[in-house]
Amino acid sequence: MSFLAITRATLAKDVRLEWRSKDAINSMLFFALLVVVIFSFSFDPTAEESRRIAGGLIWVAFLFAAVVALNQTWARELRNQVLDAYRVSPAPANPLFLAKAFGNFIFVGVLEAVMTPLFIAFYKLRALGPAWELAPIAALGTWALVVNGTFFAAMSLRTRSREIMLPLLLFPLSIPALLGMVNATTAVLTGEESARFWIALLVAYDVVFTIACLLLFETVLEAE
Amino acid sequence: MKRGFPILAIITGLLLSFALYEALIAAPTEQTMGNVQRIFYYHVPSAWTAFLLFLINFVASVTYLIRRDVKADILALTTAEVGVVFCTVVLVTGPIWARPVWGIWWTWDLRLTLTLVLWLIYVSYLMLRRFSTSGQTPVLAAVLAIFGALDVPLVYFSIWFFRTQHPSPVIGGGGSLDPRMAHVLLINWAAFLCLAWLLCWTRYQLELVKREIEDAQARESLVEGTR
Repeated sequence: MSFLAITRATLAKDVRLEWRSKDAINSMLFFALLVVVIFSFSFDPTAEESRRIAGGLIWVAFLFAAVVALNQTWARELRNQVLDAYRVSPAPANPLFLAKAFGNFIFVGVLEAVMTPLFIAFYKLRALGPAWELAPIAALGTWALVVNGTFFAAMSLRTRSREIMLPLLLFPLSIPALLGMVNATTAVLTGEESARFWIALLVAYDVVFTIACLLLFETVLEAE
Repeated sequence: MKRGFPILAIITGLLLSFALYEALIAAPTEQTMGNVQRIFYYHVPSAWTAFLLFLINFVASVTYLIRRDVKADILALTTAEVGVVFCTVVLVTGPIWARPVWGIWWTWDLRLTLTLVLWLIYVSYLMLRRFSTSGQTPVLAAVLAIFGALDVPLVYFSIWFFRTQHPSPVIGGGGSLDPRMAHVLLINWAAFLCLAWLLCWTRYQLELVKREIEDAQARESLVEGTR
């Protein structure tokens, strides 16, 4: 099977599984909803204030919710030794990684699509800058979270208490990406400055870590 | 090797005492900041030492991934542990100095944030090593170290975008430093480097022995199992 065929097959399998069980998406959605409600209670901001803090809140909510999905990425493959079977098969490792990352991208993307209107309603948001820039920011930011998240989820498979290990590994490394997403979003919402620099930073982050993940994933997968 | 250890220990002890005397008594008092400035002789050498150790950790991690040499892995572990200790010293002494001079404990400035992020990355590195259950801990740790190193320039640029408040680097930063102060600073750095070397050495030997014991125990249980 070719690289693309393996990616497509694994991705289709994951999406179908998720479509039927809706495990990850339901827990993520409810978790993000809780975060939004709790933040909204604890800050109760005016429209002007919320423009300044919403970028941070929205991304922190997505980051925490994404961890829920990322933790389940590989857990499914451990049951019935699917991962071991994959390891002994002649299929290369990278298509598996890409399929998992794309899968998570789709799940977190769905989460964002559902939660963003809620955010706008709760925080009375209206972008003063060019709102269309939010789309590339969301795409780049989500990829930044899921590419490293998928990678570190595979790494934390081999640790004790792996559910807690993933955020411990992922969050320190995600700081520049998080800074990029938050500041780009805030720049668009307040319209005071250009988001260009932060978008460029996100692009650099995505490129660097996508390449690093693809180069090192096989090493991590084979480490047993 | 064994004979060198007490010699290094004695040199470290002497240098540290001399550096302490130089920093607290011999160095001139800074005009505007007063005696608070003397913490600089611990803060800056600790920072340089920590960064050097993290650099060694990165090189050792890459070496381990290429050659799978156990010694490289032990070196990576050792430098990460000692590096975190020195980095903690930097993060503790910094605010103690900043409070009277800047009037604030902490600010999200370039160097402060970069140091904090480095500290966070290396603490997560040590946690991974602690929590990892498989025999492949070295591989996973080495991969994480490489990711950490890739992260540093990105953190740098993301924070560089804000204006920086930290005094610009004294050496090679265009700042002027009294030659006597520079002298004391370098003596302190030499002392701290010796201390770091001593700590790494001790830790390295300890880890080496620990792994030998683990290997011996594994072999023993294997022999018992086949009997």
